[in-house]
Amino acid sequence: MNAKTKELLGAYLALLRGQVHSLTSYRASFAVELFSNLGGTTLDVLTVLVVFRATRSVAGFSLIEGLLMVSLSSLGFAMADFAVGNIDRLKNYVRTGTMDAVLVRPLAALPQLLLMDLPLRKALRLVVSGAVLVVALRSNDIVWTPSRVVLLVLAPVAGAVFFSSIFVLSASLTFWWIDSGELGSSFTYGGRDFTAYPVPVYAGWFRAVFAYAMGFGFVAYQPALALLGRADPLGLPSWAGFLSPLVAVVAAFFAAVVWRAGIRHYRSTGS
Amino acid sequence: MSLIQMHNLRKDFTVRVKAGRFRREKRIVPAVNGVNLTFERGEMAGYIGPNGAGKSTTLKMLTGVLTPSSGDVRVCGLQPVPQRTKLALQIGVVFGQRSQLWWDLPLRDSFSLLRHIYRVPADAHAGRLKRCRELLDLDDFMDTPVRQLSLGQRMRGELTAALLHGPSVLFLDEPTIGLDVVSKQAVRSFLAELGQGGDLTLVLTTHDLADIERLCRRLVVIDHGSVVHDGTIEALHARYGSHRRLVVDLDVPLPEGFAVPGAELLSVEADRHRATFELVTTQVGAVVSELTALRDLSVVEPDIEDVVAKLYRA
Amino acid sequence: MDGLDARVRWISAGGWVRNSVTTFGALSWSGFRRYSTYRQATIAGAFTNTVFGFLRCYVLLAVVAGAGGSAPGGYRPDQLATFVWVGQGLLTVVALWGWTELSDRIRSGDITADLLRPVHPVIGFLAPDLGRAGHAMLFRFLPPLAVGALFFDLYVPGRPCTIPLFALSILFATVGSLAIRYLVNATAYWLHDARGPMTLWTLSSGVLAGLSFPLRFLPDWLAITLWIATPFPGLLQTPLDVLIERDPPPRQLALVALQAVWATSLLVLAVLVQRRAERRLVAHCG
Repeated sequence: MNAKTKELLGAYLALLRGQVHSLTSYRASFAVELFSNLGGTTLDVLTVLVVFRATRSVAGFSLIEGLLMVSLSSLGFAMADFAVGNIDRLKNYVRTGTMDAVLVRPLAALPQLLLMDLPLRKALRLVVSGAVLVVALRSNDIVWTPSRVVLLVLAPVAGAVFFSSIFVLSASLTFWWIDSGELGSSFTYGGRDFTAYPVPVYAGWFRAVFAYAMGFGFVAYQPALALLGRADPLGLPSWAGFLSPLVAVVAAFFAAVVWRAGIRHYRSTGS
Repeated sequence: MSLIQMHNLRKDFTVRVKAGRFRREKRIVPAVNGVNLTFERGEMAGYIGPNGAGKSTTLKMLTGVLTPSSGDVRVCGLQPVPQRTKLALQIGVVFGQRSQLWWDLPLRDSFSLLRHIYRVPADAHAGRLKRCRELLDLDDFMDTPVRQLSLGQRMRGELTAALLHGPSVLFLDEPTIGLDVVSKQAVRSFLAELGQGGDLTLVLTTHDLADIERLCRRLVVIDHGSVVHDGTIEALHARYGSHRRLVVDLDVPLPEGFAVPGAELLSVEADRHRATFELVTTQVGAVVSELTALRDLSVVEPDIEDVVAKLYRA
Repeated sequence: MDGLDARVRWISAGGWVRNSVTTFGALSWSGFRRYSTYRQATIAGAFTNTVFGFLRCYVLLAVVAGAGGSAPGGYRPDQLATFVWVGQGLLTVVALWGWTELSDRIRSGDITADLLRPVHPVIGFLAPDLGRAGHAMLFRFLPPLAVGALFFDLYVPGRPCTIPLFALSILFATVGSLAIRYLVNATAYWLHDARGPMTLWTLSSGVLAGLSFPLRFLPDWLAITLWIATPFPGLLQTPLDVLIERDPPPRQLALVALQAVWATSLLVLAVLVQRRAERRLVAHCG
């Protein structure tokens, strides 16, 4: 690593340190929010359990198979939400002028915004999601092969990259439409809810758009099928689960292009 | 080469105007309309204009926040938008109504974070910080979180934050807005002190013309996106025919038909015991020597607020 | 001096009622007007509700399909679809989330201006909130419902008493929700900011009010406890169950009565808390 990169890294680390220090001035609030987030994730998982409790199977999948899907989705989402989730406050940054303040500093805009406001209170979500994944892996009868082990590592990372891209894409929308309100959450939180259940639950054009055109089907459902060794009732081959990193890279590429265009647009229109 | 160059700089905004119940029309509004300006190293210039004249838009184009619609802009030899991060190391920016500081952290921490962000060597940082602490009396609140600072204290912190990396240009967007008289004075004398060095170029926008009178030799007035005046304050007065006024108190009433060439009698009050003259082409002595029974006199300097108000209305 | 005398004359009891009604109406109208200026946010919000409508509806329909003939929670498919779509619409009407106006005003000190008005603060927030709810009924309730009706078979209520009862139930749900939001926000009088309580409320309200899944999916003992011991089911689950005629008429009526009891008690509690807070404010400001 050359001196310049080191210096830049130090600059970004300093931003992160500032965020950590800020929290110490709200210790009680931070503790409450940390545990509320823990509760939130637990409730998400409980919701799935309650839904499965009311029936024998959902779209032909049992409770423990469903648990594997929801845990893959929730771990990927939790990582993305932790790293990038606060970008959905972009409209506040634009309205309050933080965006301008960020643009006059000698660092890239996106990492600055992320590190200045890293939602550390969401840290415990990662623990819960990880624990649920362990339970799901142990309850299912998985025949472990080297490729499945690789997939198990890749799938949550790919999910995290994918959801991060969705967060950035949804936030970029506010560059063009400042009053878009909660629209972005249709795709971020909506995407999380979509991936919490097997894709055959959905139907028609809605399934086609969310699962395949936008790629949400490859976050948890296809990798889970590949891990379980189950055939896809919708007819995709078994290696489709291994496409999840590719889908994530494509999404990240889109997000980068749109974010750059968004910054350019912001620069040509002001707030 | 000039430190700041603007050549035919232009910025258009598209606004949607309501046209009827559901239709909206696009209309292009020039916020900055072909501005040509240069600022030299060490210059202190005031940039004023009524609300919406294009002051902040110009400043945003100079700092790399906004892309110009057309025209050329160079700051420190760099193009602000494409070379934004490089330029950021050479300029300091204070937006009067926005903060560069960490809301929940003590000033001290914000300053040390900025050192890392701008990659400033420790000794250079310490030296600059020491100077600002002395000149701005920061020591009393270095350990107070920014959110608990008064506006005046915060502004002193913002100024320090903008200078710690040793910029060669300082852009100030309404640095005295909302401050009380004492804080305004503190900010002004600090900026005046900075200007003495002669290395720092300073461009400030303001609504308080006292800032300009105290700090800037050069005054640029912008209105509807165009520069309407560029020069010294004296030149502005000369151009708009604003003159000094002489007020005299007399022991006997001013005689009817009293006149002095080059001075215009503006008003008489108190049973003609007090008179006000505008000194158009002549000096105080010429009027005084014609008066009998003079008790007291005062000279009123022309008011820049009046001149600028005239300019905005024109 | 005649003009002055006319203004300070004694107001009859009938006049007082009339004046109060006029004031309440004007305040409500202001709430309606205010939200009709956020036109783009309304469109964006209705779109979001619609997306979540699709998501939840497909999941619940899959639950019925997987149950193999038995009715989960006692619902038929068209009832569940209606539950989801009407629920997405009602979500904004009862405004479960995102109301921080009171705590913001407490924190900034603007609340003292509200205390100087001749209207009780609880009424001063309730009236515009009902106006807001009215706006939401038109622009946030109907659009997702229309989309839902286009793509799914929805349940059409058959009993004549259902629709008036549903309307009454929405009113109680809105009043109950405002009262809880008022209480959550009012913690800012004592704590420095209401963020902690707010987070807890946001998290629990969605699940406990029946937004995430119908509460009848829970074991009976738990569902009944929630209904009687907490106000949450009255915010969403009750109006929805009333509309889709999940229960026979007497029980429909009983559920709405329970809602009314909760809404009234919460409103009274809000008034009491406000009085406590004002006493505290006076004690502190001298």
